[in-house]
Amino acid sequence: MTAPEAGPKLDDVLLQVSDLKTHFPVRRGLLGRTVGHVKAVDGISFTLRRGRTLGLVGESGCGKTTAGRTILRLIPATSGTVAFEGRNVFDLPPAQLRQLRRHMQIIFQDPYGSLNPRMTVGGIIGEPLRVHHVVRGRELEDRVAQLLEHVGLSPAYRNRYPHEFSGGQRQRIGIARALALDPRFIVCDEPVSALDVSIQAQILNLLEGLQGELGLTYLFIAHDLAVVSHISDDVAVMYLGRIVEQAPAGRLYANPLHPYTKCLMSAIPRGSPRQAKSRIVPRGEVPSALNPPSGCPFHPRCPWALERCPGEVPRLLPASDDPGHLVSCHLYH
Amino acid sequence: MPNTNDILLSVEGLTTRFFTDEGTSYAVEDVSFAIPRGRTLALVGESGCGKTVTALSILRLIPDPPGRIVAGAVRLGSTDLLRLPEADMRRVRGNRISMVFQEPMTSLNPVFTIGDQIIEAVMLHKKAGRDEATREAVAMLRKVGIPDPEARVREYPHQMSGGMRQRVMIAMALVCGPELVIADEPTTALDVTIQAQILDLLRSLQADIGMSILLITHDLGVVAEIARHVCVMYAGRIVEEADVQELFDNPLHPYTVGLFRSRPSLEHRGPLAAIPGTVPSPLAIPPGCPFHPRCPLSDGAKCAAQRPPLEARSAGHTAACWYASRVAEMRTRGEPLYK
Repeated sequence: MTAPEAGPKLDDVLLQVSDLKTHFPVRRGLLGRTVGHVKAVDGISFTLRRGRTLGLVGESGCGKTTAGRTILRLIPATSGTVAFEGRNVFDLPPAQLRQLRRHMQIIFQDPYGSLNPRMTVGGIIGEPLRVHHVVRGRELEDRVAQLLEHVGLSPAYRNRYPHEFSGGQRQRIGIARALALDPRFIVCDEPVSALDVSIQAQILNLLEGLQGELGLTYLFIAHDLAVVSHISDDVAVMYLGRIVEQAPAGRLYANPLHPYTKCLMSAIPRGSPRQAKSRIVPRGEVPSALNPPSGCPFHPRCPWALERCPGEVPRLLPASDDPGHLVSCHLYH
Repeated sequence: MPNTNDILLSVEGLTTRFFTDEGTSYAVEDVSFAIPRGRTLALVGESGCGKTVTALSILRLIPDPPGRIVAGAVRLGSTDLLRLPEADMRRVRGNRISMVFQEPMTSLNPVFTIGDQIIEAVMLHKKAGRDEATREAVAMLRKVGIPDPEARVREYPHQMSGGMRQRVMIAMALVCGPELVIADEPTTALDVTIQAQILDLLRSLQADIGMSILLITHDLGVVAEIARHVCVMYAGRIVEEADVQELFDNPLHPYTVGLFRSRPSLEHRGPLAAIPGTVPSPLAIPPGCPFHPRCPLSDGAKCAAQRPPLEARSAGHTAACWYASRVAEMRTRGEPLYK
């Protein structure tokens, strides 16, 4: 992705995130004084090329969802820039931001909470088209029918309500809504984690098919390393608001470098009971983002922590033998 | 198969239905299995397959109305729990069978300290005094890996992380020394590194204490980690049963094969072999084989009309499919069942 040897051509880059930070103030007391900050996203950078998928993986509270929403400007950023097709999303005046929003969509985790129960399916999918004055009347109807077919649902469903559908079908409705404005970029925020295994596979296949067909670019956010590495070209592992390792999916799996990635990988249940597995269990639990450890945020749990780890924040740098594999760990630099 | 004296719990022909305004929900139909002492059996299936209703039926916690256990027997040792007076049943729950739920946050009482909740259980079930119960609670918390248990007994559930709360739930479930622990999706709400810690804990506690575990899960990975024997459920019935290694090596029901092939794995990329369609509602279970509308091997005739019986295919391996032998042949030839 940011591999220097295969430096992407500038026009190939769809999204460029630079040193993005999202800090939430924590207020206490009668006067609501700010007593600290939760550093949900604490300086992440990556480049996403057109038609590719970057997987953002990590455990609860690592900042992956906040990162996705900050990029879409659904949550205000504290600092940093997000350039979409070369324009800084955070600098745009409202009118231009509205235009840009057409090209940046999101699919949510919860297919139950993210659809308005009082609207018909046709109303839900057609709403972005109406809001952005794209089409109306007969044309709108046709477009909705076409979108429903695109995600594998019958156009006859347009007059039904969300509660009449299963979780997997609702997720298809959510995808149809996200596709309505012909976006170029979609943030998929845990789109399959609320679904049954057999339905997960259907939705993952649908997302992959749509990407090939429409040339979509995905930021795929999930906690499940197997799901993320299945669908992504590149994977970034987040821990306490930072990217600790980033590499093409196959290489990350074959050769995880960061101790946290190794722990995460070894914690995945075995594919078969016979498969021997030596488990590296990180000590304790994820510390609070309100009061993160000094130096490398993983050092208190790391089985290989060095003397310099508590004092010095490691930088995300290419591994010595693989310039496309970035890791933020003192063991390597 | 261990001899029958080693069987702790045997469920025979269990059938639980819910009689609702929208019709009869066939939640659990003719389910039978046995759990040997000190072993783990997993019930695997997707939402609505009847695995949780099976567990609640064993504990007789089905809300009546609308639900009712309409047939079957649940034998714990020599006692049929379904024939037991409610007062005796209450002594079984917690003492001989206890349960660990998926959501540690909602299954602990937020207004009592975790110590109070465990101590109460010990005093109630073991007729122990407060000091003795407190000592036992602290010892149990230490056993489940809670650091500094003397201090943590005074904490409230919200002061603990999800993983710690699940450890507390396990301590509560084990403190009265039950013979069987029913663990209903015990790690589903947890992060993967914490899940690994909890599965390790359950395994080591079982080696130490020797309780049997009925594990209810949708996750075949969790099954591979911890279970000895597996029953796969679909639409209220067991469709396949085998030892865990046999099931992973040689699944014979097309649904089981589909579950395996739907799992993204780190090793293989490319499109997943998704099972088409959706899980049927227990209010409208298809006639014949309940899986036939989604099955790649369905012949549309026999499969749609006659329900295949759960038949033994080899020692300890049963499957309910008219074409189970064809599934095995296709695997031998390396032909994919799902496109």
